Amino acid sequence: MSCEKISNALMAYLDGRASAQERSIAEAHLKVCAACQERAEEFRRLWQVMAEVPAVEPSLAFDARVRQRIAAAPRPKFWAWMMPAPRFAVSVALLVVLSIWIGGRQPRSVNPQIATANSEEQFRMIKDLGVLENYDVLSNFDALSDLPASSQPRQAPQQSPQENLHQGNGPGSGSGA
Amino acid sequence: MARSDVQLMLDVKAGDELSFEMLLHKYRTPLVNFLCRMVRDQAAAEDLAQEVFFRVYRARKEYSPSAKFTTWLFRIATNLALNAIRDGRYRQMQISIDAPVAEDEPAFQLPSREARADDRLIERERNQMIRGAILTLPEKQRAAVVLHKYHDMDYAEIGKILGCSESALKSLLFRAYETLRVQLALLVARPATQAAGEGKRHEL
Repeated sequence: MSCEKISNALMAYLDGRASAQERSIAEAHLKVCAACQERAEEFRRLWQVMAEVPAVEPSLAFDARVRQRIAAAPRPKFWAWMMPAPRFAVSVALLVVLSIWIGGRQPRSVNPQIATANSEEQFRMIKDLGVLENYDVLSNFDALSDLPASSQPRQAPQQSPQENLHQGNGPGSGSGA
Repeated sequence: MARSDVQLMLDVKAGDELSFEMLLHKYRTPLVNFLCRMVRDQAAAEDLAQEVFFRVYRARKEYSPSAKFTTWLFRIATNLALNAIRDGRYRQMQISIDAPVAEDEPAFQLPSREARADDRLIERERNQMIRGAILTLPEKQRAAVVLHKYHDMDYAEIGKILGCSESALKSLLFRAYETLRVQLALLVARPATQAAGEGKRHEL
């Protein structure tokens, strides 16, 4: 097996943390590889040399500066308790926006009284549609306006066309609607 | 009976300031040393360590003991150090064999014969040489080596801190130590005379 392939096993073996399998792989390789024997020896010496470097001590003011840093931090906002986590806050906001959007797409609720009144008015209009059409034709009929005044039918007492329509005796009522 | 780190942190979460002081007292030296080996100098390391403790305190309400306390603490420290190094906030020590050495900077070489007279100077030179070699490693390799060598953490914990598998970590460590072995060859290689002597013995 090549030196590169056994590097993980060799690392763990030299470190004293190898599994049984890693140990057997590393030991078998070290028996036959002079380069890795030298590497292993130098790794051990390297670790000894590294251990010689002394640790540093934090400065005397270290703890005080930590406390100062904490004290200088801005206090959480008064509403922060409502927002245990930013992800939660964003989720709630998205839910509200989504609800408003879906609500806007729903058909509007209709007042039943208004709906009934509207339908009655529409029904009346449809019923009188024929009369209205005849009235429209007769009121714009040029031939009738050319007739002498005497030949015109006697005018009924002043009455609006709308009233006539409702009473059923308007112009053209005889033609049947 | 001494409380565990996790218990201390849970007490901090519950509002016990004294428990935070105990954690600060226990981990300030390891943390400053870790960061000192990650960045150039002690002042920078202390700045970062203060930030780590501040973040621990700030996150106390959300703390849940899902991992060892040290794993959590050193993960915060490692992330801060790696970000600081990548941002260039703390200038890394660059060592080059060809680069000219400034007069006011210590040269990274074996102590001369004259310097051997002063043991303390030799020791200081060696320490600077080793620290310098560690600082030239890529950031992730450096963090792995420092946690492995100076904090005696196992592969699983270092893997969690650095976010890599145990297998990837072993490979990372092997490459890092291989680089250090070459860089510090003057300190770790067997003297040629000793090797030659052993060779002769084998021949006999």
